[in-house]
Amino acid sequence: MNAIIISALMGVLLMFTSIATKNKQVINNIALVALLFLLICNIADTYNWWSIKVDTKNMFVFTKFGYFFNSIAIATTLVFVALSGNDIIKIGNYAAEYFVLIFFVLCGIAILSSFNNLLMMFLGIEIMSIPLYILTGADKKNLKSNEAALKYFLMGSFSTGILLMGIALLYGTNGSFDIQQVMPSQELIKHAPLLEVIGLVLIFSAMLFKISAAPFHFWAPDVYDGSPSVFSSFMMTIVKAAGFIALINLFFYKAESLAHLWRILLFVVIITTLVIGNITAVFQQSVKRMMAYSSIAQAGFMLFALYATNDTAKEGILFYAAAYSLATIGIFAVLARMDDYTLEGYNGLAKTQPMLAFVNAVCLLSLAGIPLTAGFFAKYYMLAAVIKTGSTIGIVLTIIGVLFAAVSAYYYFRVIQAMYFKEGNSKVDNVTPSFKYALLVLAVLVIFFGISPDTLISWFYF
Amino acid sequence: MISVLLILIPLIAGIATFLIKGNNLHKQWAVLASLAALVVSLLGICGSSISLNYDASWIPTFGSRFSTKIDGMSQILCLLTAISYPLIFISTYKNEYKNARSFYGLMLLSQAGLMGVFVAADALLFYFFWELTLIPLYFLCSKYGGDRRIAVTFKFFVYTFVGSLLMLIGIVYLYYKTPHHSFALADFYALKLSIKEQGFIFWLFFIAFAIKMPIFPFHTWQPEAYEETSTAVTMVLSAVLVKMGLFAVIRWVVPIFPDAVTHNAPIIITLCVISMLYASLLAVKQDNFKRMIAYSSIVHMALMCASIFAMNNIALKGVMIQMFNHGINMLGLWIVADAIEQKTGTIKFSELGGLAQKAPALAILFFIMALANVALPLTNAFVGEFLMFSGLFQYNVYASSLALLSIILAAVYTLNMMQKVFYGNTLPATENTTEVKRNVQFSLAVLSIIIIVLGVYPSPLINLTKDTVLFIIGK
Repeated sequence: MNAIIISALMGVLLMFTSIATKNKQVINNIALVALLFLLICNIADTYNWWSIKVDTKNMFVFTKFGYFFNSIAIATTLVFVALSGNDIIKIGNYAAEYFVLIFFVLCGIAILSSFNNLLMMFLGIEIMSIPLYILTGADKKNLKSNEAALKYFLMGSFSTGILLMGIALLYGTNGSFDIQQVMPSQELIKHAPLLEVIGLVLIFSAMLFKISAAPFHFWAPDVYDGSPSVFSSFMMTIVKAAGFIALINLFFYKAESLAHLWRILLFVVIITTLVIGNITAVFQQSVKRMMAYSSIAQAGFMLFALYATNDTAKEGILFYAAAYSLATIGIFAVLARMDDYTLEGYNGLAKTQPMLAFVNAVCLLSLAGIPLTAGFFAKYYMLAAVIKTGSTIGIVLTIIGVLFAAVSAYYYFRVIQAMYFKEGNSKVDNVTPSFKYALLVLAVLVIFFGISPDTLISWFYF
Repeated sequence: MISVLLILIPLIAGIATFLIKGNNLHKQWAVLASLAALVVSLLGICGSSISLNYDASWIPTFGSRFSTKIDGMSQILCLLTAISYPLIFISTYKNEYKNARSFYGLMLLSQAGLMGVFVAADALLFYFFWELTLIPLYFLCSKYGGDRRIAVTFKFFVYTFVGSLLMLIGIVYLYYKTPHHSFALADFYALKLSIKEQGFIFWLFFIAFAIKMPIFPFHTWQPEAYEETSTAVTMVLSAVLVKMGLFAVIRWVVPIFPDAVTHNAPIIITLCVISMLYASLLAVKQDNFKRMIAYSSIVHMALMCASIFAMNNIALKGVMIQMFNHGINMLGLWIVADAIEQKTGTIKFSELGGLAQKAPALAILFFIMALANVALPLTNAFVGEFLMFSGLFQYNVYASSLALLSIILAAVYTLNMMQKVFYGNTLPATENTTEVKRNVQFSLAVLSIIIIVLGVYPSPLINLTKDTVLFIIGK
């Protein structure tokens, strides 16, 4: 409960700091401290040192899995703010508000990681999404940002409607919002009323929208491309991972009984997501838009965890979330300061800014899943989880998956080629030494988790 | 401990190279580091008191260990790697690279990766090194070389990346088959897989290795990559890197999928014979020194691959010593190619001629390399090819007779090259050539000595292969 309450409180607190001080740098630092405090509170909750107890009438169930995801989300947000804080405060006139909204998003994420009730899930998704609509449109003078915000809001409200419809249908057939009672069991699913199946599929579709899986991905490229770069990296990583956690929380409980309905559906969704994400990314000239499609492709890979629904998958999705978020945040931290977002803009970056190019290369290698980076073990986990199910279709799925992983290497390596092997004069704005060191720390983390993933994994077991 | 040293010395030296400032310092540093690795590998072979293997916990949650296993075959390949790098550094000592620091650093890192592949006894660790070798080489190939290098290297990268990912699926599948979920080589060997499973997983592994070797129809990356990348890197690719494929088939495929190997042997041997004849004919037609060597390398690699699948004592022995010999001969040919390119600025046969008058020492040394490439008796390659052909003959007369044609063709293209480049009248490009530098002569002389000594007295090498061959045949 700590993460939910304290993140909301911190949000309110930060709102008032903007009255006390107009110095944006100070606000940035306060946000960092607040995030650190939030992380500590969540860890204290995990190990039962100190926690706020509220009787939630079984609407929340706090599990280790949820706590760890909270920690990962908060820690990556911390890394994100530490790296990109300077870019956040530059977007508009009001710095504090952005941080406030980020805290509210974290509150929504904390709800999503531990709900046990469909209403709570709905609340979590809304609390997470509404601040994002605002953040997308944060760059008020930029037409693309406005367009993205409107698009995101309209499409988002549409998916909210679908989600509510699904919840209503499940409530109608079961008379309860409680997940344990709502999810049909093995015998029931065969005789389940049609309304119930439709309800499940509607909820599932709305969730696929949130994680930008095909065929509900159409909003993603425009929104990620249009919103300010710093916020697109936040939305692509931490927020998307939260969507996965919600899906796992929702469907994991009765995964076995749903398996046969579920796996056919997922198989189709995964393949279309991989095809659309990867193939479209190949043709992009703008690195930012390429990353938007790459994030769709990565969602396809993360869906492997949902296909497998076993313990390896649960561990894996946490590891994937951490590895993917770190790498994407690193790439976007550099991207946000580039003059030119196109591939040509990256030409010769290795000469002008060797450190930035190195970190960028490490992050790209991690996204491609090359050993020695965290991304490799993330991919490994997903493959292992699916192979563990032991079905032939699972193996077919992994083979298709790795073929698309090779396609993804194509577009990630194009950036590396531009940085290292092409002549050019790419310009990067205000690179401070502290920014460089923060980036280096991030690269070291990516490599460290790539050599010794156990430090992170053993934490899941403690 | 030897195995760890073999990985750590180039690894640490490679990282350190990036930090060294100064002009020629990294060159000397790289030579020294690679010589240190050579000493360690010789210590391992001569049987010092230091233990060979090492075993430590790496990722306990997956049951993966940092464990190494050095058998005779690993020793041969570690020795090859350890000999190659100092010779590469010495023979290209005078070449200037822009940003030399990263060149030498990446070269040493690639050596660490190769050593890791040859000693790893844990599948995940093996996969780790398998991919890690590729990354420094990717940067080396893309950074240094001809105009089309970026595209060509990328093709090479994607090919091998697809292969290794398929192998990863195979590895994970076997992992879940082991009783206590482990990646250990010994546990993989103990698996009892059904014939259907073997047939499926075998191909996942074999395609990865076939791409690396490369054999027809996965070979298209190779001639281009050899031609476009800088010669020092090409030496690594052709002398050592491609051996990863053969080595991996012997260590990671044959003992784990015995039934699939017997079952698929006809298909694979056919593919190999096709690639031998196909590449031989292409080699005869080439006008480009580097491309010709590239195709000639495909011929030899395909012969070795075919001999593995003949699955008998003699052929396997032949493969193992030929892996070493082929590496040595390739090094020699590429050193000459590099010397000629540096001297005359061209590697086209039609523009070269009469070099023997200008550079007699180079001509004599190259003659020895050329004879070894044809596998003439008294050269090292003869021993290996003789063993392989006699093994292949036991397996199938027709296949081996067809394969034997490649020896005749090898004589055609190699001697043809010799004649066109070194004899006849001098042409404008070769008019002002002088004798090659001492460092090149030294490297070629060392290689010639190895070629002749192993041609006359191959038994030390053959003895090294005994334990591995016995184990494989025993399975």
